Amino acid sequence: MSEDFNNNKTIQAQSSETLTGGGGGGLTPDMDYVRPAEVTDQDLYHGHSFITKWVFCQDAKVIGVQYFLLATFTGVVGLILSWLMRLQLGFPGAAGFMTAEHYYQFVTMHGMIMVVYFLTALFLGGFGNYLIPLMVGARDMVFPYLNMVSFWSFFVAVAVLMASFFVPGGPTGAGWTLYPPQTILEGTPGSEYGILLMCLSLILFVAGFTMGGLNYLITVLQARTRGMTLMRMPLTVWGIFTATVLAMLAFPALLVGALMMSLDKVLGTSFFMPTILKAGEVLEYGGGSPILFQHLFWFFGHPEVYIVALPAFGIISDLISVHARKNIFGYRMMVWAIVGIGALSFFVWAHHMYVSGMNPWFGFFFATTTLIIAVPTAMKVYNWILTLWKGNIRMNTVMLWCLGFIVTFVNGGITGIFLGNVSVDVPLSDTYFVVAHFHMVMGIAPLMVIMGAIYHWFPLVAGRFLDEKLGKWHFWTTFLGAYSIYFPMHYLGFIGVPRRYFEMYDSPYMTSAVGMNEFISLAAFLVGAAQFILIYNIIKTLKTGKPAGKNPWKANSLEWLTPTVPPEHGNWGDRLPVVHRWPYDFSVPGAKEDYITQTTPPSEVVNTGVEKT
Amino acid sequence: MSDPKIDGLELKPGFKGMAEDTGSDQTMFKGVHWGKAMMWIFLLSDTFIFSCFLISYMKGRGSTPVEWPNPSEVFALDAFGVPVPLLLIAIMTFVLITSSGTMALAVKYGYEKNRKMCGWLVLATAIGGLTFVGMQAFEWSKLIHEGVRPWENPFGAAQFGSFFFMITGFHGTHVSIGVIFLFIYAYKVFAGHYDDQKRGWFTSMKGDYVEIEILGLYWHFVDLVWVFIFAFFYLW
Repeated sequence: MSEDFNNNKTIQAQSSETLTGGGGGGLTPDMDYVRPAEVTDQDLYHGHSFITKWVFCQDAKVIGVQYFLLATFTGVVGLILSWLMRLQLGFPGAAGFMTAEHYYQFVTMHGMIMVVYFLTALFLGGFGNYLIPLMVGARDMVFPYLNMVSFWSFFVAVAVLMASFFVPGGPTGAGWTLYPPQTILEGTPGSEYGILLMCLSLILFVAGFTMGGLNYLITVLQARTRGMTLMRMPLTVWGIFTATVLAMLAFPALLVGALMMSLDKVLGTSFFMPTILKAGEVLEYGGGSPILFQHLFWFFGHPEVYIVALPAFGIISDLISVHARKNIFGYRMMVWAIVGIGALSFFVWAHHMYVSGMNPWFGFFFATTTLIIAVPTAMKVYNWILTLWKGNIRMNTVMLWCLGFIVTFVNGGITGIFLGNVSVDVPLSDTYFVVAHFHMVMGIAPLMVIMGAIYHWFPLVAGRFLDEKLGKWHFWTTFLGAYSIYFPMHYLGFIGVPRRYFEMYDSPYMTSAVGMNEFISLAAFLVGAAQFILIYNIIKTLKTGKPAGKNPWKANSLEWLTPTVPPEHGNWGDRLPVVHRWPYDFSVPGAKEDYITQTTPPSEVVNTGVEKT
Repeated sequence: MSDPKIDGLELKPGFKGMAEDTGSDQTMFKGVHWGKAMMWIFLLSDTFIFSCFLISYMKGRGSTPVEWPNPSEVFALDAFGVPVPLLLIAIMTFVLITSSGTMALAVKYGYEKNRKMCGWLVLATAIGGLTFVGMQAFEWSKLIHEGVRPWENPFGAAQFGSFFFMITGFHGTHVSIGVIFLFIYAYKVFAGHYDDQKRGWFTSMKGDYVEIEILGLYWHFVDLVWVFIFAFFYLW
C-alpha cells in the first residue's frame, strides 16, 4: 500500500507550488484552513489556430457549446418530424406526399432523435461539459483530447443518422424501440439500409459517449478543487454525475443489442429471429429470441429515462435555489434521492414489457420496484416546493420555467404510477395515454429545465442577458401549448385510440376524437413555432443584449466566480478557487448581502447565522 | 502496511473513516492517478458489455430448439492422429495468462525506472498477445473449413456459430487493440519517452510510466474476460 502510494507521488507530484497556505491571515488563521492541494495544476493544451481553437478544440466549454448546437440542430429535425406527424393525424391527407411508410419512419426518427441525440447529448454533452469543470473548480475536463474525440464521434453518429434519410428505402420505420423481428424484415420501411445506419449510428454514439462519460466521472471524482467535498457540490453536478454513471452501465446493453441486430441483418444470424412463415414460405431465420432484444433494449431504455431526468433534477434544484434566494431544502436528501433513483432505475426495465408475454410474476416484481421509485422522486418534488416556500422569489423567465417544470413533472409522474401497475397498464398500453405520459414526464419536463437553464446560464456563456419579454412569450406559449397538446391525449388514450396509427379510418370512437386531434395538431404547430422565439432571442441578444457582468444572478456556485466572464480556457487564471462552503448560502441572517459565495472564507462571515457545511 | 498520508491527511480507519475520506475534498480515490481511475471505470463499463454478450448467449442457447453441439468434439484438435479435446484452447489460454504475468513484471520494472527490462517485458506481452490472436485466427479458419458459419452450423444449432464468432471476435478485437498499444508502448519505453516525460503524439500530455500500469489493467481485464468466455463456450 505504501509502495503504491510512493509510486503515485512521482506520477502526480504532491504539489507545493499550488499551495497557497491554509491560513487566510485573518483574525483566526485556523478558521479558514483548507487542506493543501493533492495534485499538481493541470497541464493544458492551448490551441493557436482557428482549427484547434474552435473546431478540434480541447476546451470543455467550447466542446459543450458544440454539443449544444449540434444537439439543438438534431432537435429541430425531430421537431419538424413531429409537425409532419401531427399534420397527418389532425388533417389526414393534408401532407400530400405522406404515406403510411413515411409516417412510421417519422415516428421512429422523432423518437430516437429526441431521446438519444437531443436530450442525452444536450444534458450530458452540452451542460455536462460546460458546467462540470467550472462548478467543481477544475481547469478543464481531465482528458481534454478524449473529450474532443467524444464530440466528433457524436458528430459522425449524427451524420450517419441523418444519412439514413437519403439512402434507398429511407430511415427505419420500426418504431424507436426497434423491436425485432419486424425491424429487419421486408415490408418494414427502412429494412434495407435504414436499420443498419441506425444501429451503426447508435454504436458510434455509445463509443463517443463513453469517452465523454469517463471525462465527466473522473473530473467529478478526482479533479475537484481544494475544499470542494462531495457534499459541497452543486446538485447540477450530482445529477449529471449520477446520470453519467447510469449511462456507462446502461449503454453497453444498447451497444450489444445494436451489434446483434446488425449481424442479424447483414450476416443472417438469428439472434433475435424466430422461425418465420411468410406467404407460406419459411424464412432462413430460426431459433432466436425476439424477447431477448426487448430485455437488452429496455435495460438500456429505462435508465435512459433517468439519464435525461437526473441532470434535469439537479439543474432545476440549483435554479430554484438561486431564484428563490433560499438554500435548497434537504440537500443531503436530494443527493441521496438522485443516487437512489439512479440505482433503482436498473431494476424496473421490464415494466415496459408487461404485454410482451413474459411471466406475470415478473410483472409483479417490476411493478413493485417501479412504484418504489416514486418515493425518492416525490421527496424531490416536496423539497423543491419547500425550497420555494417563503422564498424571496424572482418571478423572471428562469423561475417560470422552473415552476412549469415542477407542475409538468408531477403531472407526468402521476400518470407513470397508473402505468406502473400491470392491471392498469395492460388496457392502456399502446394507446395515446402512454404517449401523453412519457411526453409529459421526459419530453416537456426536461425541456422546461433546458429552457430555464438556457435563460440562466446564457449570461455566463455569452456575457449578455436574453431578452426577458421574448422569454416570457416563449414560456407562456410553450407551457399553455404543451398542456393543450398532452391533456387531450390522455383522454384519447382512455377512449382507446391506439398510438402509431397512420390514420383512424372509420373507427366508431373516432367521431369524438376528430375534433380533438385537430385541436392537438394546431397546438403542436404553435408550440413548435414558439421554440423559434428562443433561437431569435439568442441571435438578437448575442450582440445587442444587456451586458451581464460578473455574477448577474448573485449566485454562489463557482461557475459565476471566474476572473473573466465568459470564462477563458483554463477557467481560473493563475489561481484555482478555494471552497469553504456549499453553494446554497442564500438569505443568511446577519450577512451583508443575501448570498455568500462558495469561496467566501468563514472569517469574513463570523457574525452571521451561517451553518458549517 | 502503513497508512498512506497525503500532505497531512491520514486515512481514517473503519467504515465511518472510509465514508469521510471518500467524501472529502479534491479526490475520492486518494493518490490514484486520473488515467488509472479512468481505466477502472472504463473496464467496469466494458464488463457490462461482455456480461450482456454472455447473458444473451445463455438465453440464446436456452431458447434454440435445435441441439447445441458438443464442445469437446467441435473444439478437438488432432495431435499425432488422436483427437484431443480443447488442446488448442489450453495452449491459447496458457499463452494469454502468461502474457498477464509478463505485463505485471513490466509494470514493476517500469516503476523502478528500469527502462530495458520494462521494454522487453512489454514486448514479450505484445508477442504473447499476437500469438493468441494468431491461434484464434487458426481456430476460426478450422471451424470455417468444417462448415461452421455465423448463420449455420453442421454440428447443431445455428446460434452456436453466431455467438461463437461474435463473442470471440469481440474479445479478439480487444486483444488486437491491446497488442497494437503494447507495441506502441514498447517503442515508447525503449525510446525513453517515459523517462524524459516526452509529450504524446496526439494528446500532448507528458509521458509517464503510469501509462504502462494503465495498459496493464486493460490487459489483465482482457485475460479475465477470456477465462469467462473459455468457461462458457468450451467447458459448458
